[in-house]
Amino acid sequence: MRTQEPKLIACAVAVLAFCSISSAQVTKYQEDANLGIEAHVGKLTGHARDAALNYRRYCTGCHGDLGDGEGENAMWLDPKPRNFTLATFRCRSTATGTLPTDEDLYETVGRGLETSNMPSWNPLSDQARVDLVAYVKHFSDRWKTEKSGTPIEIPAEPAVTAQRIKAGQALFQRLECWKCHGVEGRANGPSADTLTDDQNRPIKPFNFHDQTRFKCGETNRDLYRIFMTGLDGTPMPSFMDNVKPDEAWDLVFYLRTLQPMQTPAKEIAKQLGLRPINPNAPAPTSESKPEGENK
Amino acid sequence: MTSFRSTLAALLLTAIFVLGFSSNSHALPAFARKYGLRCSACHEAWPMLNYFGQKFKDNGYQLMNDRDSPVWQNPSYWPVTFRMTPFWHVESTDKVSYDTVSGGAALKRLTFSGFDHGGLDILSGGTLEKNISFQLIPASDELGAFHIEAVNARLDNLFHSPWLNFKFGKFELDNIVSEKRGLTLSASGGGYNIYHFIPVGDGNIFGQIGDNQIGVEWMGHSLNDRTRLSVAVLSTTDGNPDVPYGSNSYSTFITGSHAFNVGKLGTDRVGFYAMIGEAPTSFLTDGGVPIVSSGTGNKGFHREGFVGLFYFNKLNFQVVTQHGSDSAWFGAGFGNPIDDPTAPNNTPGTSIAGVRSPTWNGAFVETHWVQNPQLIFFQRSEWIRMSQQADPAVPSSVGNLDNYVFGYRYYPLMNSRGGFAWHNEYSWIRGRGLAPDGSDLTSQSLMLGFDFDF
Repeated sequence: MRTQEPKLIACAVAVLAFCSISSAQVTKYQEDANLGIEAHVGKLTGHARDAALNYRRYCTGCHGDLGDGEGENAMWLDPKPRNFTLATFRCRSTATGTLPTDEDLYETVGRGLETSNMPSWNPLSDQARVDLVAYVKHFSDRWKTEKSGTPIEIPAEPAVTAQRIKAGQALFQRLECWKCHGVEGRANGPSADTLTDDQNRPIKPFNFHDQTRFKCGETNRDLYRIFMTGLDGTPMPSFMDNVKPDEAWDLVFYLRTLQPMQTPAKEIAKQLGLRPINPNAPAPTSESKPEGENK
Repeated sequence: MTSFRSTLAALLLTAIFVLGFSSNSHALPAFARKYGLRCSACHEAWPMLNYFGQKFKDNGYQLMNDRDSPVWQNPSYWPVTFRMTPFWHVESTDKVSYDTVSGGAALKRLTFSGFDHGGLDILSGGTLEKNISFQLIPASDELGAFHIEAVNARLDNLFHSPWLNFKFGKFELDNIVSEKRGLTLSASGGGYNIYHFIPVGDGNIFGQIGDNQIGVEWMGHSLNDRTRLSVAVLSTTDGNPDVPYGSNSYSTFITGSHAFNVGKLGTDRVGFYAMIGEAPTSFLTDGGVPIVSSGTGNKGFHREGFVGLFYFNKLNFQVVTQHGSDSAWFGAGFGNPIDDPTAPNNTPGTSIAGVRSPTWNGAFVETHWVQNPQLIFFQRSEWIRMSQQADPAVPSSVGNLDNYVFGYRYYPLMNSRGGFAWHNEYSWIRGRGLAPDGSDLTSQSLMLGFDFDF
């Protein structure tokens, strides 16, 4: 009986090895099958197949050969590289839970992600970037079964006024943004240290006090889009259902007063002598806003 | 037959070596370690930069993602890279003068081979703080004699503008095609001849745009680095410290380029460069020996040309042209009595009647086939033609150069911790009228080596 043990162990090892090889082959097969996927940005059509070498050259080190965010450098990076197989992306113009548009991914590749190791890849040609977008998509079958979401509508930016800034501050309190971002936007709210992403990894809220650019852009429209669509995969929810489009601009203007750079909103806030919110005080309502300002 | 078999076996072994390691592997040191990017992210094939790497360099070794300041690094991070190149080579020169048994002189081909190494480069660079970067390169020759190849500090993105970057110190000129980052290494083909060309008998060593120079450089670029401009003001010293030549001699180097998308083919770049300078010809002497830093009597020189980087998927071409001219004084051998005591000194009453400005045209085309980020084949063809000799009696072709190089580099490793390349190169160069008997001189090199970067 004892002499059988080595044979059994050898058989088990062989079976396990075969299974692991088979499973790797299936994964590879599935991936190859997805290489026909395309991306469309403007007049450009990206082909996943054409991006294989560029992905290997530029992306694999962090995102991994399989797009699972487990490249050789992943262990040293914080935040961790995106896992493309989940097809969950922070920077979207589409509603929370939906797939981003190809333009969203294209913009992300070109812009990079602030406060992360993801640089701007805008030296690459437009075509190369669209091809890479297609390649990113090929890692997940979601792109086969779901369509990209529809970009949210962003109304024209109104003029910044003192009333809007005050209304934005009220919204900041009512929506409890301060619980994560802190009353002065220093990312030190009472919940800040407890936050984790969808893979249970610690994550920090955006520090408005120190930072000028957001991960998903730097314009007022980008800021509007960020909190209306939410950052999928992070604790930052979508406020699409809680905030009216016009109110959202108020919040944009208020958030700008928290940032270090000089903005018209910050100048007005200075003239107002605007002080940080008091989280213990009852949240003001948007009804306190002057008539005609809140449509 | 035996020889044929040996050759076949060697080729086979090489093929096995190259192909046998073509697994999915991963290379670059100090910056790659800092940012966690592979060598291939910044290098078409290291050390040659790609557009992303060029932008990284133009931003002052910064990715501009708020992780550039050293405070983001692990305290144990040390921004140093060592580069060394052990190799085996064969060198052959066809007309070497030697003493004959009868007491005369004759010419013969000299060929030798052996194991060797290319010295050591210690490359340190990075950021002292956000938007303040530095570079320090102590380099040694094969005997261990060190010199400072580069030492400079750079203020980047002043007033948050990519168009305002200032560099001070000793640095590589902003050549669009960088010789320091060239792929070729062999004795007969490692450098770009037009970056160092000096006509026969010319005394001007100061127009070598391939040498690092000392001065200040303004450089600006668009956000995506598609458009680049730079102007450097330099002491006319060819990079030597202590201003040993002219007491008031300066040069300037200007370059500009623009890149544009060409659809599926990639991104192409076209540009120009110009170096315009003055160098001394007249030195005070003490006991007949020229006094250091006393040079006056500045005379002019200039080099200018066009540059193009053209991409056709895996195939790309680098084209550099040059038109150069030196003052007739340099053509007559004046310019550098400090390093060459036999060089003439322009003392009062000296005449160079009949001497003309040496003028030439040159170009090279370097071609790369990037099979994948780990395997690159390259060739370079370079030609220089004298269009006017300083001495009208000298045949017009004397000094003309033809240089051809080809080879490949294979990178078995491609990760963010170190770089390693198997380098195989052959080169051939012919100088018209440069042999001791006035005929053509030809040299060849064959090199097989390892290029380490860690």
